[in-house]
Amino acid sequence: MNASRVQLPDLEREQRLLEIRREAEQRGAVTAKGIRSTGAPFPMASPETGYYGIPLLKRPSWTWEIPLYFFVGGAAGASAVVGAIANYTGADRRLVRDARWIAAAGSVISPALLISDLGRPSRFLNMLRVFKAQSPMSVGVWTLLGFSGGSVAAAFAGSLRERYGESLPIRILENAGEAASLLFGLPFSNYTGVLIGATAIPAWNENAGELPMHFGMSGLAASVGLLELMGHRRSRALQMLGLGAAVFECWEGWHLESHKISALEPLKHGSSGRLTRVGGVLSGPLPVALRVASLMSGKNSTKMRKWAAISAVAGSLLTRIAWIHAGHVSAGDWREPLQVSE
Amino acid sequence: MPVTSFLTDSTLCIGCKACEVACKEWNQVGEDGLDWSGYSYDNTGALGHSTWRHVKFVENAPEPGFGGNAPELNSWAFSSDVCKHCESAGCLEACPTGAIVRTEFGGVFVQPDICNGCGYCVVACPFGVVEKNLDDGRAFKCTFCYDRQKAGLVPACAKACPTESIKFGEIETLRTEARARIEELHQRGMDDANLYDPMQTSVGGTHAFFIVRGDARAYNLPPKPEVPTIYLKKAWISSAVGAALLLGGTLAAFLADRPGRHR
Repeated sequence: MNASRVQLPDLEREQRLLEIRREAEQRGAVTAKGIRSTGAPFPMASPETGYYGIPLLKRPSWTWEIPLYFFVGGAAGASAVVGAIANYTGADRRLVRDARWIAAAGSVISPALLISDLGRPSRFLNMLRVFKAQSPMSVGVWTLLGFSGGSVAAAFAGSLRERYGESLPIRILENAGEAASLLFGLPFSNYTGVLIGATAIPAWNENAGELPMHFGMSGLAASVGLLELMGHRRSRALQMLGLGAAVFECWEGWHLESHKISALEPLKHGSSGRLTRVGGVLSGPLPVALRVASLMSGKNSTKMRKWAAISAVAGSLLTRIAWIHAGHVSAGDWREPLQVSE
Repeated sequence: MPVTSFLTDSTLCIGCKACEVACKEWNQVGEDGLDWSGYSYDNTGALGHSTWRHVKFVENAPEPGFGGNAPELNSWAFSSDVCKHCESAGCLEACPTGAIVRTEFGGVFVQPDICNGCGYCVVACPFGVVEKNLDDGRAFKCTFCYDRQKAGLVPACAKACPTESIKFGEIETLRTEARARIEELHQRGMDDANLYDPMQTSVGGTHAFFIVRGDARAYNLPPKPEVPTIYLKKAWISSAVGAALLLGGTLAAFLADRPGRHR
């Protein structure tokens, strides 16, 4: 209202003021709506609007460590598998060693990230007082324990052997460690998909059947990418694995985009949607194109493979961040759990 | 030990918030600030780590003739929310430390000396009840006054409730009472009174049920809450297929690229 504008007396408006006064005197209340303030309509509590639009579910309380852990764990688990299979099939020794080192480094970084995310890090060992098959977090911690032990043992024994030569105890430690890291690396590469799939958050549990495969393939792509960035850009096996993982990620992206249900909205709209799509393009179509181009260019163009590797590693990390972000957005939307459609 | 339950009757609630205060005082739950929400008289908002009882305020459009409301006044309903203590509890199943247990009274209890604050229960609760206290590091929710029940006392909220809107007792007795109360309300013309107790979903019933009028969604009570363990089978199958793909793909790729196979 412009204060400098003087309002002239108006019979009709004066009558209305008297009417309001009369109603207030007689009924003790005025029924007219009055002036709607900025931001109207006011939030309401009703079956259609929920309880003032306050989120029904709680958002995850996880900090930045968790998406990073998903990325590191996925890459490390897949690297253990790649390293062990490369060893069993007699591939390049350097490739075997580097894959083992990625697995070992990941198996040390992973628990550090997990512990620092805890509200009471000093109580981490409480995780080991029970094993609960129905809790993916419990299964995951025990898998991580087996994986870490195996991976570190294999990498350590391998470096001992290189320095001091063959001996029976070292060979036993190396082989047992490698077998353990292969065995535990398989579930470790993708269990984080089960972890977020089996929750109350709609965007996650709606994808419970695809998330583990998706995360596993994303982990493989990251592992292959890291190995290529460490110099293994002439391995045809890695090229094929990278291509396979990227093709799977293309399918996953298409699957999410073509699935038109409201629970998946956070994966398509807003900041979480943009992040998901950028992560998807970097994980799927872009590496596929670069790898095919590198194959077509005959002489196994290593430069294009380098870019494919960078794209796949960045895509894998972004994908995990995007899924956690989408979970936050999904938990904040009261419409899904109340089954209210727009 | 009797298996116990809450019956919260919103048709008796006067919105005094005595339950919120009694709960905080007995359990020594910290003060968490006072922010004016503008949502009726509810400045609490939702259950959380520092709110284990929460009175919801629902203002409805005028309904002439119902519940004795004058035609020009809104009807105003209140309901005291609490942890549902599910028969099949998402938080309990998800807890990796075994900190969350089922008590002999049927309630779901977070043992504060075990919880390490992993936060997995937070995303596993279909009612959005349990929450991590970021200052303390651990997760908290209603204890069902386990300490008081052990001593043969009723929970603090039920004891403080001045209108017996919060009833506490043996679960089957309360279920019978709830049915009788709804019958009575229907006879008095409140046809929309109903019992919220999700027995038909995977949660399998609760140890805290509610009598509300109209659609319970206005109180942020989900029509079909599911315990997240129902997604486990699908997810682990996907995990197994993913592991098989990883193993098979890697084996195939390295076998095809064995030294000596090309030149």
